[in-house]
Amino acid sequence: MQTTLRIRRYNPENSQPATYFESYELEVDPSDSVLDGLIKIRETLDDSLTLRCSCRGAICGSCGMRINGHAALACKTKVVSVAPEGEPIEVEPMNNMPVIKDLVTDMAPFWEKIRQIRPWLKPSDPPPVAEYTAPPETMSHLAGVMSCIMCGACVSDCPVLEVDKKFVGPAALAKAYRFVADPRDTSALDRLESLNQPDGMWDCTRCMECIQVCPKGVGPMDRILALRSKGMAEKMPATCGSRHAEVFTDIIKHKGTLDEPMLAIRTFGLKHVGRLLDMVPMVIQSILKGKVPLSGPLHRPISSIQHIQRLFKRVRTKS
Amino acid sequence: MTSPPTYDVLVVGAGLAGMRAALSAHQQGASVAILTKVHPVRSHSNAAQGGINAALTDRGDKWEDHAFETVKGSDYLADQNAVEVLAQEAGQDIISLEHMGVIFNRNEEGRLGTRRFGGQKRARTFFVSDFTGQAMLHVLYEQIMQAKLPVYEEWFVTSLVKDENGHCAGLVAFEIRNGTFSLFRAKTIIMASGGLGRVYEPSTNALICTGDGMALAYRAGAPLMDMEMVQYHPTTLKGKGLLITEAARGEGAYLLNKHGERFMEQYAPTMLELASRDVVARAEQTEINEGRGINHCVLLDCRHLGRTFLQERLGQIYAEAKTFANIDLAEEPLPIRPGMHYQMGGIKTDTEGRCWDTEGNWAGLPGLFAAGETACVSLHGGNRLGANSLLDTIVFGRRAGQCAAEYGRTIPSPSIPEHRINEDQHLITSLLAREGPGERAAAIRLAMGTTMNRSVSVFREQEGLETAQQRIQELKARWPAITIQDKGQVFNTGIIAALELSFMLDCAEAIIAGALTRTESRGAHFRTDYLDRDDEDWLKHILLYHQTENEPRIDFLPIHITQWQPQIRVY
Repeated sequence: MQTTLRIRRYNPENSQPATYFESYELEVDPSDSVLDGLIKIRETLDDSLTLRCSCRGAICGSCGMRINGHAALACKTKVVSVAPEGEPIEVEPMNNMPVIKDLVTDMAPFWEKIRQIRPWLKPSDPPPVAEYTAPPETMSHLAGVMSCIMCGACVSDCPVLEVDKKFVGPAALAKAYRFVADPRDTSALDRLESLNQPDGMWDCTRCMECIQVCPKGVGPMDRILALRSKGMAEKMPATCGSRHAEVFTDIIKHKGTLDEPMLAIRTFGLKHVGRLLDMVPMVIQSILKGKVPLSGPLHRPISSIQHIQRLFKRVRTKS
Repeated sequence: MTSPPTYDVLVVGAGLAGMRAALSAHQQGASVAILTKVHPVRSHSNAAQGGINAALTDRGDKWEDHAFETVKGSDYLADQNAVEVLAQEAGQDIISLEHMGVIFNRNEEGRLGTRRFGGQKRARTFFVSDFTGQAMLHVLYEQIMQAKLPVYEEWFVTSLVKDENGHCAGLVAFEIRNGTFSLFRAKTIIMASGGLGRVYEPSTNALICTGDGMALAYRAGAPLMDMEMVQYHPTTLKGKGLLITEAARGEGAYLLNKHGERFMEQYAPTMLELASRDVVARAEQTEINEGRGINHCVLLDCRHLGRTFLQERLGQIYAEAKTFANIDLAEEPLPIRPGMHYQMGGIKTDTEGRCWDTEGNWAGLPGLFAAGETACVSLHGGNRLGANSLLDTIVFGRRAGQCAAEYGRTIPSPSIPEHRINEDQHLITSLLAREGPGERAAAIRLAMGTTMNRSVSVFREQEGLETAQQRIQELKARWPAITIQDKGQVFNTGIIAALELSFMLDCAEAIIAGALTRTESRGAHFRTDYLDRDDEDWLKHILLYHQTENEPRIDFLPIHITQWQPQIRVY
């Protein structure tokens, strides 16, 4: 079949380095991946097209790039699945990291964040003579997160990183979970404590983009939520993030619907009065538009509140 | 740029063997750095799916059994002293890996569990689902990060450098990101740069497996050994040749021909699908050649294993079959065929990873060490058992690192002049200066790969090998006409493709030279014009020495037998 790859290009050695799109038309087999197409261009049309690739089988993590606006492994993305009618396919370098040339990005900031979570097992010392014994069910679920190949797709498409470069990010947090949840690791508390800091596990906005783009089913956001639960279970000092979760639950439990002003006031509290004040312009606008909901004692519980409370009870006894 | 520091040990390659070597040299107190053409976790060790062998004595297994099955698997070409080291030290190395953090599969008692693999009567393969190599690679990289070892990522080696005494004392490399050349000085160099799969088309190997280390060492004077021993894996996908793990058969999958017969009953009545890889690959190819295949394939049938089991224990190939062959393993048998997978031969080393002989029985390159697929100790002889390659990287990576660190303490700092980089720099400049239209590296590579896959594969014979030899010579002659459109210094992958091709052409030449020399059938080397194994004349290794203008100079080395006399090999 005929296909067109529209590729975002950049060469720092050009006298006026700028990015531009270049389109290549080529014949591909219906079973071909986007990577096959890119290699074909490189080998037969234009050897200056620059990308990383190696295994061709979605295990080395080299060929992370954005295909039609979403991060993916080029080797795992079939041409027919993204362009069944032969429409042009847009290929760009990953986001949230500097571009070196064409589709090659600088992964150094990515690895810096991985190193930040101290990504190595800290087992008890001295080790046993044989292996550490651990019930199989406490270990086998770690395979899901160990299948992360560090391709960078989740980091590329994380909207939090787009506005806050300091956020540790989904890949590093998933990696952190791998150690926190490993029964052989002895420093889960230390790890949770440092993840409980600003730019850590509470900065994720739960948009699910990382789950969607991960080519290995690691589900970074699910790992982040699991870290948060562990942190709260271990009574880590409250953060705006953990308080938001607690206050949210508490309001729903007692009122059945959300009391938004109260949620903000109780989440930030006196300690973060500055962040409350930041919201003043928005509040004024809302008042002017008549969009401020009733709050505090004026925000009445819904009539069937006992149903809600029964649900809470059931969930609590279940967990 | 300023010259990099001088290291006691400089490791080339950051797969399992390279990182294990670097860690052990570091633990010995040596100053160590790793230089690699891709980021460590992109290395091809990732692709090892099924597991790693070890006979753990506290589980009632015996290292002697593991060693014997390895020797038998090798068709008695392995050096038995090396195999004994491998089998004896395997257990401790598995435990060390577990302590570092590898999440090996566990049994109900919470201890490490095993699965069966080919060529072995006992289940002694430890595993992480079906991505064992990846799980180990990432854990070793964690250890490298913890030890804060310097890693020169995305650097490409163009040649090894010897001092005036002929001692390997450094290397020339350029940084891919900006094209800048540097001379690295090191007391010892450990070559751990992996295999040469891309010499063949198709191959299970990643695009980076281009035999760089073998060619670099060969050109610098170290001999390559048993290069004719190229393993075809019995289960690879048609088309691009992606690997389907042997663990599928280890967990109970069948091989069927087009009549639905389990044809292995005819070829290996006892071990069936779990006979050694050379035996299974030949059986499949025979079925295909005699018209009992389907579209040049036979079938791998996993249906009876059930979807839940497949997803849990073989999840990666379950997904792979879906993505790359559009087949649901729980519903349909998968067409597969033998495909080039592993090079048993490589840079000749002793059991400490040294590429020279301390007793002078063979000529080598002092100061150079090698480990992993790029090396030939020889453990695998004529045929490697599944799940012995990961073990090889760990045991002999560790030993090479240790010996290099110790040896480094006994010798003075290397002395080689800075201008040694000029020649290599000039090569690149002249490559870029050529104006097109000329040859494309990719076209030459494809011609080489298909030639090798046609004539130097499961079945071989004199005439085909000679034709292949001539063809490779022609392709070599075309190399200097290669032109590259990209004239830049930054991440110029055209330059890399051209250099890798020249390495691969040298490797291809060596493979064919070995295959022509060995006039018998042993292990993966099956000659249709010499059908039998000939222990009288050929119980020996073939050493190949590089000669610039001619075919390699050939020498022989007797194999090392300790306790297992060659027997007839049946499975």
